[in-house]
Amino acid sequence: MSGHSTYQPQSKVLQWLEKRLPIGGLVHSSFVVYPVPRNLNYLWTFGGILAFMLGVQIVTGIVLAMHYTPHVDLAFRSVEGIMRDVNYGWLLRYLHANGASMFFLAVYVHMFRGIYYGSYKEPREVLWILGVIIYLLMMATGFMGYVLVWGQMSFWAATVITNLFSAIPGVGDTIVTWLWGGYAVGNPTLNRFYSLHYLLPFVIAGVVVLHIWALHVVGQNNPTGIEPKSEKDTVAFTPYATAKDGFFLAAFVILYAWFVFYIPNFLGHADNYIPANPAVTPTHIVPEWYYLPFYAILRAIPDKLIGVIALGASIVILAFLPWLDTSRVRSARYRPLFRQFFWLFVIVCVGLGWLGSKPPEGIYVILARVFTIYYFAFFLVILPLLGIFEKTKPLPNSISESVLGAKA
Amino acid sequence: MNKPPEERASDVTTVSSAEHTRRDFLYIATGAVGAVGAAAALVPLIAQMNPDASTIAAGAPIDVDLAPIADGQIIKVFWRSKPIFISHRTKKDIEEAQTVNVAALPDPEPDSARVKPGHDQWLVVIGICTHLGCIPLPHQGEYDGWFCPCHGSQYDTSGRIRRGPAPKNLALPPYKFVSDTKIQIG
Amino acid sequence: MKMQRTIIALALAGCVGSSIAPAVAQEHDTPTPPMLKWSFSGPFGRYDQGQLQRGFKIYKEVCAACHSIQMLAFRNLADPGGPGFSEAQAAAVAADYKIKDLDDKGEPTERPGRLADTFPPPFANELVAKAANGGVAPPDMSTLAKARTFERGFPWFVFDTITQYQEQGPDYIAALLNGYEEPPKGFQLPQGGHYNKYFPGHNIAMSPPLQAGQVTFDDGAPQTQEQYSKDISAFLMWAAEPHMVARKRIGLQVMIVLIVLAGLMYFTKKKVWHEVEKPREIARGQDPKKTAA
Repeated sequence: MSGHSTYQPQSKVLQWLEKRLPIGGLVHSSFVVYPVPRNLNYLWTFGGILAFMLGVQIVTGIVLAMHYTPHVDLAFRSVEGIMRDVNYGWLLRYLHANGASMFFLAVYVHMFRGIYYGSYKEPREVLWILGVIIYLLMMATGFMGYVLVWGQMSFWAATVITNLFSAIPGVGDTIVTWLWGGYAVGNPTLNRFYSLHYLLPFVIAGVVVLHIWALHVVGQNNPTGIEPKSEKDTVAFTPYATAKDGFFLAAFVILYAWFVFYIPNFLGHADNYIPANPAVTPTHIVPEWYYLPFYAILRAIPDKLIGVIALGASIVILAFLPWLDTSRVRSARYRPLFRQFFWLFVIVCVGLGWLGSKPPEGIYVILARVFTIYYFAFFLVILPLLGIFEKTKPLPNSISESVLGAKA
Repeated sequence: MNKPPEERASDVTTVSSAEHTRRDFLYIATGAVGAVGAAAALVPLIAQMNPDASTIAAGAPIDVDLAPIADGQIIKVFWRSKPIFISHRTKKDIEEAQTVNVAALPDPEPDSARVKPGHDQWLVVIGICTHLGCIPLPHQGEYDGWFCPCHGSQYDTSGRIRRGPAPKNLALPPYKFVSDTKIQIG
Repeated sequence: MKMQRTIIALALAGCVGSSIAPAVAQEHDTPTPPMLKWSFSGPFGRYDQGQLQRGFKIYKEVCAACHSIQMLAFRNLADPGGPGFSEAQAAAVAADYKIKDLDDKGEPTERPGRLADTFPPPFANELVAKAANGGVAPPDMSTLAKARTFERGFPWFVFDTITQYQEQGPDYIAALLNGYEEPPKGFQLPQGGHYNKYFPGHNIAMSPPLQAGQVTFDDGAPQTQEQYSKDISAFLMWAAEPHMVARKRIGLQVMIVLIVLAGLMYFTKKKVWHEVEKPREIARGQDPKKTAA
């Protein structure tokens, strides 16, 4: 789907370079003349927003690493040193901490958009799976970054999450000891988390390149879910998509800045301003908001091993979505029943998130169980059956027809 | 939007050039504000590399008591993580420093410009070779001053470069005599 | 569509209903700290210098006997956006403290504090602090105001994103300092414990620290327990978030630039898409590029 490269460098130097490394032509064909469906709505700007957030996280992260000390005795203090003494250190740290939240916020919008418009369906399965891999890597990176602060929540999050592996029969404890590099979460754990937290974003960046490559092979899906058929159905990436992406990115950054400058600790936990204390567990430990739905699924199940399996399955199941959804119609626009189940699914995910922040008792456990059942049923029962039984609405003949509402 | 087609067409043709300017202005304004924003975002990224507040505070002036330093002894203290040599010069050292032909030196400077008036016996220099930053060894070399083991620069009893690749005399830190036996560096 | 709305409405109702239940249950247990008026709340909030100076006096004369504040340096007292002491005043404060150091021969010694030093802790280490305080080490106060909070509950936590309510910490600390009372009938208070209605579990090891008239203010502020509680809470907020004033000031500048930029981007986008979004002309088979270039 890459646009036909008509790139002709003006200057002699660029012509010289282009003959040896056609990078100008690559950029030109991928980000200038690359045809995008003309009917993309603002939900499609989140891909660009995510690329921006990855960049922000890497830049602020590299800078924070210049001032951070990965040692159990010094980590918390060095973070406070960043907050107090480093020039603009408070800004860089709040940008990074809230940046993680904004990154996840954007990725969730991106994922729900993909599900709503059936963006994972043939021929975009690989594109979708690469996205799931990025999401998994993000979760690992975010978790390890949270541990680096070495506050109470950091320490106990590290303990609880690594202990998930102890559920594996037989070798569980051996694996956990191996993960820790000791008999409990300690300095070796902190050091390896720091190393991996620095590494993984670059792995993410690599998979993002594959993700964009795969995207440019198959082209963007669009709100109608039907492929562009003629030139009338598409517009050039630049200036059309760039202008739209640019505007919405700016709007998104306003939200980001609101958190950074006015409520920087809203999404964090007060307990993480208490230095890690291996002798005292906080009364109510919860992960960061973006893991809460999965945490709720984990706690909804009374058995340890099954709980951990459910937690893992709830993420891995996403990779199988292209084959679980049997409908041949992509977009929820033309799938009236799917649309309702989809919104119910969104509510269930948000609900699980809310339940994950509540203590596991009484009504919360019952609700979490009901929601967990729906979560899995959505993928394993509803989607496969809907494809068979749902009566879809008639599709338009082309994207331009759907935009214009009349025959050209 | 609801105008008949003829009117719309004429609209377009008449405002065409005005629209051009408006569009150009919009692009330039957007680009300019974006550029200002991006440049502002660079400020914290660059500023964070400068010494932080605790480093600056730790670089506050220090007091050094000169009383325990014996005649002919050179001690090393640290100020702002830099080695400072305090040399209690002997009569011979001072004489050597004062009688040299200043004009013939690589970095001509009289000894009087390198010590505080009335305190000829105290030489206070930053102990960093002006060649490439090594710490010269005291009481070594052919000029009774310092010798840098890295590339062989030699300094005299006034800390002036005499031979070797270093281009300049040993630098003088800011300091003042608080009393006859006490200096404040910084 | 109708069914969809019904589902959403039901789900929302469920959320609200179930969140009220535990909130009511908590009411009997631990009351919510009252929301006090702070000079540093909101987008234009600034610390009240006089209040921070009074708070510091309370810390120095009362809290410092048991609580360390190790991440605060003497120099911070003169930092912009803080209590507004002069550098000389901060240096004088520092000189009153004895700082452990080594002399030229490597022997432990004590010297007067300097601006670069941090506040020395009252106890040599945590074990000593524990032993001296009935088994519970008094927490360090450097980040205390950000390390203490209370449950806001749905929907308040959603509104907090708009109202920028960020003062749970000082609200809680102030409430706690005023929250000592006689234990209710039937409450088993362990040996050495004190009843505090705002403390989770109500059994707090710290004895009521502030009594009216205990600290003398030079600026005419009332020397009451309420005033003390407020001033020390404000001081602790500053100690935990010393760059808040700069943050909010820069935040306003960033917001203005971003809103202007987003506005310009919006109009740029509109201009760019103008020709594409003329569906009727395309429908009539006219090339919009020719008419609107």
